[in-house]
Amino acid sequence: MSSATVARPAPFAVNWWSRLGYLLAVLYCLYALSILDISWDRLLAGLDNGARFLGAMFPPEFKRWKLLIDNLLESLQIALISSLFGVLVSLPVGLAASRNLMPDWLTWPARAFIAVCRSFHPVIFAILFVKAVGFGPLAGILTLIFASIGFVAKLFAEAIEEISLKPVEAARAAGAPFLSVLAFAVLPQVLNRFIGFSTYQVDSNLRNSTMIGIVGAGGIGGTLAAAFQRFDYSFVCAILLAIIALIMVSEYVAVRVKGVFQ
Amino acid sequence: MHKETESSTTARRPACSAGDKSLVVENLRKEYTRGKPVLKNISLTVAGQCTTAIIGPSGTGKSTLLRCINRLIEPTSGRILVSGQDICALRGANLRAARRRIGMVFQEYNLVERLSVMENVLCGRLGYISPWRAWLRKFPQEDIDRAYDLLDMVGLTEFARARADELSGGQRQRVGIARAVMQQPHILLADEPTSSLDPKTSVEIMELLREVAAVNDIPVLVNIHDVSLGRRFADRVVGMSKGEVVFDGVPGDLTDAHLKLIYGGEDWLA
Repeated sequence: MSSATVARPAPFAVNWWSRLGYLLAVLYCLYALSILDISWDRLLAGLDNGARFLGAMFPPEFKRWKLLIDNLLESLQIALISSLFGVLVSLPVGLAASRNLMPDWLTWPARAFIAVCRSFHPVIFAILFVKAVGFGPLAGILTLIFASIGFVAKLFAEAIEEISLKPVEAARAAGAPFLSVLAFAVLPQVLNRFIGFSTYQVDSNLRNSTMIGIVGAGGIGGTLAAAFQRFDYSFVCAILLAIIALIMVSEYVAVRVKGVFQ
Repeated sequence: MHKETESSTTARRPACSAGDKSLVVENLRKEYTRGKPVLKNISLTVAGQCTTAIIGPSGTGKSTLLRCINRLIEPTSGRILVSGQDICALRGANLRAARRRIGMVFQEYNLVERLSVMENVLCGRLGYISPWRAWLRKFPQEDIDRAYDLLDMVGLTEFARARADELSGGQRQRVGIARAVMQQPHILLADEPTSSLDPKTSVEIMELLREVAAVNDIPVLVNIHDVSLGRRFADRVVGMSKGEVVFDGVPGDLTDAHLKLIYGGEDWLA
């Protein structure tokens, strides 16, 4: 009350540098738009094309459902096998990369390996593996194993780095060997999250396994690309609907699996 | 048994039974940064079923002292003998075998929240069983029987299969004590075991620690910042200040002058 005459500082400091940063970001986006030859006319024309394309897709045509199911199953198998091996490899790699439990000489190579796995999109891996092992599901499986390691091992490492070290200290104080410390003090703290990451990776691998076929690495992607090239849009539509159904089923299964582990 | 270390301020020794399980700390020194010792020449002998309270202001090195004893923190120099065995030079499997003989109770219980009470108690046996047995939870039947006996003792039998995060603070600390006793230790260290607990529960935990010392005939070393609680339950009080032992004797000899020496200032004593 009495301090009404004393000048107080404004309660929230104004950061002119951040304001300048936002302004520059907006200006650059506008500049990039003007360079890239993007106009309303092209957007409208595109919408028109899209409408005709969608029209050609309906009604979807399920006459070749056997081929569809076969390819879909191949995609599913690629996704499941690659998820299994990807997660199995990610467990030790993620552990080796966690800086709170492992020495620097181990975390650096592990992190470098994860970074390499992450740096390429699955399509690039797929192209490399198709060259290496030939067309077919093996290339797809190898592709998605590496994609899984890049993602899951990094998340595993981060989960391990966030654990409380207090139980670890207690187990070490009881004279527990390192592997027993992992079993009792580390794994219980991260198991839940590992399950979550793994089911998410299965989901992601499913979606990716429908795509890598486009470059010849097995699964339904190849059929999809072929249908596109034949302008067989009603079959394309059937494939897309089947993929959506598969992803939704996997989503449901993932929720149930996570429920089992709380 | 062991030669008592000479203390600067008192002559009267606490009446502890002379058991064969003992801890001897000789000239222990710990520097986190070179030339700035946190512990300066600590010498301390405890043996038999004796409860020793270590009091002192925060940051004076009480926790560091306990963690040096089981080598969770590496001492800079000095000797630590547990029942006659020097543990400072041990490495690997030998160090782990030595740690089994040193039970530790923690301020924040250090339980694995997501494991059951039984699994937490059996954690105390991890030093005795192989890792694959630990992964598969294949504990010897006698360990399981002992774990149930200990849960009976601390009054948590019906919680054996409950998850540790369902327990109250006092119950968790009981599990922590049961886990430490599972090790069949030669000495029990307790690092501020009551600091996170209410006064009534704190008294119960201190009583339990005394009981553990008596039943197992082992010395208990308790870091405690509640001076009256330490006085009430300890057979012997060790006062630390600035990394040195400045008082070592029976609780009855601990005067306001000593407390002033340990904590500094005097207004708080009024």
